[in-house]
Amino acid sequence: MPDLLSNEIRSWIGRSAPPIRLEVSRRDIIKYSIATEQTKKIHLDGDIAPPMFLFGTDKPLVSISDLAKDGLAKDVLTPPLPLKRVMAGGIRQKYYREIKAGDKLLIQKKIVDIYQKEGRSGPLIFVVYNISIQDENENVVMEITQSRINR
Amino acid sequence: MNQYFKVGTILPSRKFTATNVSLFLYNAAVWNAHRIHYDENYTISYENHAGIVIDGPLQGDWLAQIATDWVGNNATLREFEYTNRIVSYLGETLVGGGTVEECSDDSVRLNLFLKNSKGEITTPGSALFQLL
Repeated sequence: MPDLLSNEIRSWIGRSAPPIRLEVSRRDIIKYSIATEQTKKIHLDGDIAPPMFLFGTDKPLVSISDLAKDGLAKDVLTPPLPLKRVMAGGIRQKYYREIKAGDKLLIQKKIVDIYQKEGRSGPLIFVVYNISIQDENENVVMEITQSRINR
Repeated sequence: MNQYFKVGTILPSRKFTATNVSLFLYNAAVWNAHRIHYDENYTISYENHAGIVIDGPLQGDWLAQIATDWVGNNATLREFEYTNRIVSYLGETLVGGGTVEECSDDSVRLNLFLKNSKGEITTPGSALFQLL
C-alpha cells in the first residue's frame, strides 16, 4: 500500500480550530428530536438534548460560496488530502452532564491523528478529531473523539 | 446490584427506515450540506455510491436511542461510541438492538448494533451507564 500521507499532511496533527460559541435553543433540540424520531418527551419538548445532538456544531458556518463541490465546508481543520471523497467515521463521546436548552457552550476542536488503512475498495485516510465542550463556568460537559474518512 | 440489569439481557429491537423527508430534516438540523445525502445523481456519478447515503451520525443516534430508551430513568449515560462499518442507503430498513455486556454495582455496559436486511452489522457500538 503506497504511503499517501506526506510530511506536510502529518504536520496537521495537533492543529486547532478557533473556538465556537453555541447557545443551545429549545427549538433546535425539538427540530433535532423530530428529525431523529426520538421517543422521549424530554427530548421532544426540547428540555434535554439527545446524546448525539451536538454532532456538527463543531463546524464553522460558512457562506454557500465557500462550500466545496461535494457540499462540505472547507475549514481550517481540513488537510489537503489526496483522497477527495468524504464519509463520516466513528464517534466516541463522554458525557459529564446532560445538555439543556439555554446552555452556553464553548466548542474546541483539534486534529489528534491522521492515519491510513486499506479498505475493501481501496485506501482510506482517517482524520481523527478531539472536541472538547465546556459550559460557561469552564466545566467540561462533554468530550468527543470523531473520525472523518477520505476514500 | 440493580435487578433490572443482568448480563445477557437482550434489548428490545427497533426498526429504522430513513425517508427523503427524514434525511432532509436531519441534515437541516445538523446543518450538513453534503450532497451524498440528497443528490442522487451526484452521489452515484461522482462518489460511486449505490444511492443516497444514510448519515452515519444519524445511525449513531438511532443506536443511542436503543440504549437510552431501554435504560429509561434508571441510569445516566456516561460513554457512547459507534463505528460506521458498512454504508447504508436510502430505502434500506435497519434493525437496532443490543445486549447487556457487563454489570457492576454502579454501572452497566451495553453492546449495540444496527443490522441491514442481509443480517450484516452495519454499525456496532456500545454505551456505558452509571446506575442511579
